[in-house]
Amino acid sequence: MTASGTHVPASTQKPVGAQAQAEDRRSLGRTDTVSENRLAASLRDAAVAAFLAGVLGFFFIGLRTDLAPGGLDIRMRWAAWITAIIVVFVGRLALNVFVFKAAHPVGEDIGAKVAGMGRAVPGLGKWLTRALFLFALVLPFFFTTFFPGRDRQFIDLAILIMTYIMLGWGLNIVVGLAGLLDLGYVAFYAVGAYSFALLAQHFEIGFWAALPLAGLLAAFWGMILGFPVLRLRGDYLAIVTLAFGEIIRVVLLNWYSFTGGPNGISGIPKPTFFGLEMSRGDDGFAAFFGIEYDPIQRFMYLYYIIFALALLTNLVTLRLRKLPIGRAWEALREDEIACRSLGINTRNTKLTAFAIGAMFGGFAGSFFATRQGFISPESFSFIESAMILAIVVLGGLGSQLGIVIASIVMIGGIEMLRNLGFLTEIFGPGFDPVQYRMLIFGLAMVLIMVWKPRGLVTTREPTAALREKKRIGADMVAQGEGH
Amino acid sequence: MASLIEMNASASAVHRRWEEDPILSVQHLTMRFGGLVAINDLSFDVGRGDITALIGPNGAGKTTVFNCVTGFYKPTEGRIVMRHGPGRQDELVRQITASGLRWKKEDGQGIFLLERMPDHEISARAKVARTFQNIRLFGGMTVLENLLVAQHNRLVVASGYSFGGILGLPTYRRAEKTAIEKAVYWLERTHLIDRADDPAADLPYGAQRRLEIARAMCTDPELLCLDEPAAGLNPRESAELNELLKFIRDNGTSVLLIEHDMGVVMEISDHIVVLDYGVKIADGDAMAVKTDPRVIAAYLGVEEEEEIDVPEVLEDVVEQVGELPGSPNTEPEPPARQPAATKRSRSRAGKGGKA
Repeated sequence: MTASGTHVPASTQKPVGAQAQAEDRRSLGRTDTVSENRLAASLRDAAVAAFLAGVLGFFFIGLRTDLAPGGLDIRMRWAAWITAIIVVFVGRLALNVFVFKAAHPVGEDIGAKVAGMGRAVPGLGKWLTRALFLFALVLPFFFTTFFPGRDRQFIDLAILIMTYIMLGWGLNIVVGLAGLLDLGYVAFYAVGAYSFALLAQHFEIGFWAALPLAGLLAAFWGMILGFPVLRLRGDYLAIVTLAFGEIIRVVLLNWYSFTGGPNGISGIPKPTFFGLEMSRGDDGFAAFFGIEYDPIQRFMYLYYIIFALALLTNLVTLRLRKLPIGRAWEALREDEIACRSLGINTRNTKLTAFAIGAMFGGFAGSFFATRQGFISPESFSFIESAMILAIVVLGGLGSQLGIVIASIVMIGGIEMLRNLGFLTEIFGPGFDPVQYRMLIFGLAMVLIMVWKPRGLVTTREPTAALREKKRIGADMVAQGEGH
Repeated sequence: MASLIEMNASASAVHRRWEEDPILSVQHLTMRFGGLVAINDLSFDVGRGDITALIGPNGAGKTTVFNCVTGFYKPTEGRIVMRHGPGRQDELVRQITASGLRWKKEDGQGIFLLERMPDHEISARAKVARTFQNIRLFGGMTVLENLLVAQHNRLVVASGYSFGGILGLPTYRRAEKTAIEKAVYWLERTHLIDRADDPAADLPYGAQRRLEIARAMCTDPELLCLDEPAAGLNPRESAELNELLKFIRDNGTSVLLIEHDMGVVMEISDHIVVLDYGVKIADGDAMAVKTDPRVIAAYLGVEEEEEIDVPEVLEDVVEQVGELPGSPNTEPEPPARQPAATKRSRSRAGKGGKA
């Protein structure tokens, strides 16, 4: 109870010893003799690896059996076997030279470079934000002008990415700012989508009228989730939110009379532009403004809706961060007990975080429903929650720009991997790159997490400053519950 | 010997102003954790405008008292009364206790029954602020932000519960400016103004302790509870802390502190309460407490059957304790000689058996 209170918080301790060792290691062994030894050792090591590959690969790669009349026919594949040996030799040698036995391991250098990028160019984040914003603003016209053949595909992808950016920004309030790990965020996405779909089905309410209602309903369910998890911490919080997400999905699936069960709801109306439909015909948007009708206009309109919604999410979040409630969220992430000692009602603070995060999820859900025109519980499985959370974590907890980059990389990246047709020229016509995209994707995530364990954007910008705003390094910022 | 006891008696008879105008009264407080009685029927008053020290050996229950006062524990039994406005207000206290209300405040006067209030309400309404034994700062936020978070409740109202703030109404901007001015005031008092834009986790240890006090003061407390504020400070920092605490007291905030550093305790305390095994063993000003035989026994230990007023023993220990206030670099507990320590451990075991 009254133990000595003299321990220093771990966050203030610097790994002086480890750093010093790393410096020593770098400064050592710069002489030529050492490097010659290193090359020789690398070659020897690579030769051993190649030999092992040859032995192991002789049966696995070098021999091939085919069904032939009267039994199996064995063929030797000398070319493949030798290629494999060479690949292993060269690969091992390269690893030895650049990573294992190098004075400057490449990984370390790249890691340091990536980490230093933000610091090296102080305005980088700001300029990147502006550039991305401007590009997002003209994006539909960019694609219709430069890729007229594939504009629909690209704008569709942009809409998808923008939806995930919005979801990421919404979840960022809960996970990044308030530090409450929420594995069931897709539940609010579902609530928003079904709210709009059901309102449209039963009361013929249009998208714009249903949007705030869907947001409110999602916020309400956010509070419902918030209450039971108020006292939970860490893993328990994550498990309960995960269960909540599944409960919503299972209810949607089984409440056949209300939600249509696995059949879902179809015929969800498209959004109108001040009452004008995006359709061919005399009362359509194109006719009203006297421009030629083009089906792409509908996609462009959808894109601008989600762009506006995402911008709204971002602006509200940025504003909230500078308000007392936002500071209280971040304080809650740092130390809940200290918050209570300062008179902050942590219950209300957590509930507002859940509610506001859920509200934006609900908006995004409504948009999803109107874009698809059809929803079913299948769209709201756990993998969606995991994807959104991965975007937030990869982007760097609490960073708005990081989430944009992470969304583009993750969602855009997965789609781009569908276009790896050139790989068939290398691996033969039987190779289907689409099947490998999750593998490549997983590998990319592991690499990013190795180099940037706290996400792409790791610094925190203070919300108030006396003289100058100094960005705060991630090693000081707490991650909150459940990480 | 006789003169010592006389002095003791006169001190306790005359200087009892904390009983006439207490800001906080702990009454018959009992806290049990399962079978362990951490605090047993403890009563004491904290005078308005005083620096009151709560001392006692390790494990005596000091931090438990703090946690009960600040709402982090719900006491098993007892009443904790926080008063705004002068006097004991006994009639009002009785009324509120009977009424089932948690607190009542009207025209400058207020009674708060802390054992009924949740922790955040104790800070926000009853105006009791606290610091922690192991520093709890918001490490990833700047020093200035730490002080702004402390002014949360006022700012939330000014921001129209965030709605006005989102719309960018000027009320909030003005309120934030005032809040920053207050933060700057306390940063100057605690010599942290040059570090205002640095993350709190970057500060050295002593500065973190000062920042925690500044943060608590930004909640405009009537009573400031400090849990070992001098732990880990060097003598110079300790002296600065004394000045800071005196400044806080002279500006109208009463202070209740737990402290092992007798240099700090004896120099600045107006009133000292000594706990041992969850029971109050002495209550008075510095002079009275340091000559109290039971305090000496608790700190240095005696054998159960040994009479405390055996002259040689007492003179020995008075000499030891008497040295403490002067020397700045004292240990948390007086360095008892080997025989005394063994005696203490024996006597502890005996008492523990009884409890």
